[in-house]
Amino acid sequence: MQQVLTTCPYCGSGCTLYLEVEDNTIVRVKPNSVNSVNEGALCSKGHFGMDFVHSKDRLTSPLIRKNGELTKASWEEAYNYIASRLLQYAGEFGGKSIAGFSSARCTNEENYLMQKMMRAVLGSNSVDHCARL
Amino acid sequence: MEGLSTTLGSGAMTNSIAELHTMGPGDTIFAIGTNTTECHPIIGIAMIKAVKRGAKLIVVDPRATTLTQHADVWLRLQPGSDVALLNAIAHVILQNGWEATEYIAKHTENFSEFKKIAARYFPYKAAEITGVPATLIKDAAKIIGQSRNVAIYYTMGVTQHTSGVDNVMAVSNIAVLTGNIGRAKTGVNPLRGQNNVQGACDMGALPDVLPGYQKVQKTDVREKFAKAWGVEIPEEQGLTVPSVLDGIEKGEVKAVYIFGENPLRSDPDINHVKHCLEKVELLIVQDIFLTETAQIADVVLPGAAFAEKDGTFTSTERRVQRVRKAIEPPGQCKPDWQILSELIAAMGYPAAYSHPQEIFEEMRQLTPSYNGISYARLENESLQWPCPTNDHPGTPILHVGSSIRGKARFVPADFRLPAELPDKEYPMMLTTGRVVAHYHTGTMTRRCWGLRGVAPYEMVEIHPEDAAALAIEDGDQISVSSRRGEVLAVAKVTTRVSPGLVFMTFHYSESSGNMLTNTACDPTTQTPELKVCAVAVRKVKSPGVHLADTGFLQQNTAPEGVFHQPALSNAPH
Repeated sequence: MQQVLTTCPYCGSGCTLYLEVEDNTIVRVKPNSVNSVNEGALCSKGHFGMDFVHSKDRLTSPLIRKNGELTKASWEEAYNYIASRLLQYAGEFGGKSIAGFSSARCTNEENYLMQKMMRAVLGSNSVDHCARL
Repeated sequence: MEGLSTTLGSGAMTNSIAELHTMGPGDTIFAIGTNTTECHPIIGIAMIKAVKRGAKLIVVDPRATTLTQHADVWLRLQPGSDVALLNAIAHVILQNGWEATEYIAKHTENFSEFKKIAARYFPYKAAEITGVPATLIKDAAKIIGQSRNVAIYYTMGVTQHTSGVDNVMAVSNIAVLTGNIGRAKTGVNPLRGQNNVQGACDMGALPDVLPGYQKVQKTDVREKFAKAWGVEIPEEQGLTVPSVLDGIEKGEVKAVYIFGENPLRSDPDINHVKHCLEKVELLIVQDIFLTETAQIADVVLPGAAFAEKDGTFTSTERRVQRVRKAIEPPGQCKPDWQILSELIAAMGYPAAYSHPQEIFEEMRQLTPSYNGISYARLENESLQWPCPTNDHPGTPILHVGSSIRGKARFVPADFRLPAELPDKEYPMMLTTGRVVAHYHTGTMTRRCWGLRGVAPYEMVEIHPEDAAALAIEDGDQISVSSRRGEVLAVAKVTTRVSPGLVFMTFHYSESSGNMLTNTACDPTTQTPELKVCAVAVRKVKSPGVHLADTGFLQQNTAPEGVFHQPALSNAPH
């Protein structure tokens, strides 16, 4: 069994915890007590809220809508489709025609890249996220 | 954020959570618009422990919560009347000379204007607006005015109003008036509801700022980023989420890229959001589930869950911490940073990142408040920004000595009514929030065995008097409707809410409170008024009818798998 120290994905308190992993599966969560805001405690979500990672409902492939249906596609096909359409809008109508909603659930690095993509690649400052909510 | 930026110079939580562990006699916790034990349980418990050690607790909430049970004073206000209440507290503090005279003289500005406004808010007058007895307002003011330290905590109960910015500034005014800024056990502390809201803001996922709150409209800022990124940065401020929806209606916004969000359940007036997102020419959604929003997308990209990638989150107390990969993602899923960098490269812009650490390095070179934070340092410690240099220890308390903007500013505001009040057609007031077992739109927690059963479906809280008048009994199936939509749910008859008020969450796809909520926004921040709208309630069916048999759980767009366990085998009680 492997123990990995990480940060809880739920509220903004910043509790740290160990994910106990066997066969690529999270089998248990243990609160961290060293240098942690939660001092060895966790709430119900931190303790029992990790099943979603292994849910059978997870998306597993890129999807593109074809003839009205979301259809499995390769990464390359998805990237090419998105890239050509976004660049087309940026070229034709300017960056303002494209907006990005970034994610308060994802990492700093990912949020940085999202706003960089919007601003540097597509020329749009229309990047926002649900901090307002 | 806007409110605190105006008054203090930074919108983030001023102090640190650990200070609660040191609070006791002579200290006061002032919790307004935060159901802390349900929404930030670890912090809520720390508050209650502080109270057990002798700290005083004042709670402002229209609804009974665990915190109100531990409060020395509970100010049960009418939703949306916060400014009147806070101004009246300031009035009493000033009337009794409890203000921090020396601090005000040295470290603040605009005090005389504030005094003029506060002078008008007599407690008896505020009582009429807020429904809080004048004696309780005076009790609260006395505790705040006479405590050695007062730490103010708030969340969306303060901000999700058309007067959200005024509310925040009124909260800030109380802290500044009593000199409770820049020391341990004090401060103005907005608690962030999601793991990385703070980080998303810090990273510039906002239409007016680049990373580190550097204003996009400043020429020197744009030049700095243009040099680093090798392209011109657009000068014009971008659109907020509500303005994007308007832009789609007007045909100005053609494409929307939604990353790890589910606005079709989290945003107010879902029917309107759906209408707009169906209308946009190109909708791209990057997520881990086929959420309600992903279901209407043109392209869906499968991202990775937090356990499947490396990176950092920044918590509500500005603390930057590592997220570490524990398992491989399923199927063809990829870490979101990898998807974004590959897509950027596909659009012909150089983005050869092989690990999130390289992205963090690039970011910190451009972001002064993060400049001293590195993956190497985060191996052994967690750091609170601002942390400008490699040997800087981080900043647990902001505004020590003086506020970031130089002098703390009093910004007086007058009470304004919420945008939509009960009337003949919609005679009750709806307020929304969370329950402890669930989180946001429920896409994660409702897929967790240990959480789903705790709160398996929406239970609308309604006062016994209102229930009796509508012939509703506990456990009945009821309809709640507003000008924007209607949902079915189960009635929970309880004195937790006052007469005339009903409470719902937005966790349940099939009974989402956001079918009903109002898009009316604060004029400055465009934060919608999710905490107040007018609704009508009626009984649909008595219990005894099995809820699953009524079809009401299936009629919406509950993703497959959410209800595959018999969570509804018992009648609610």
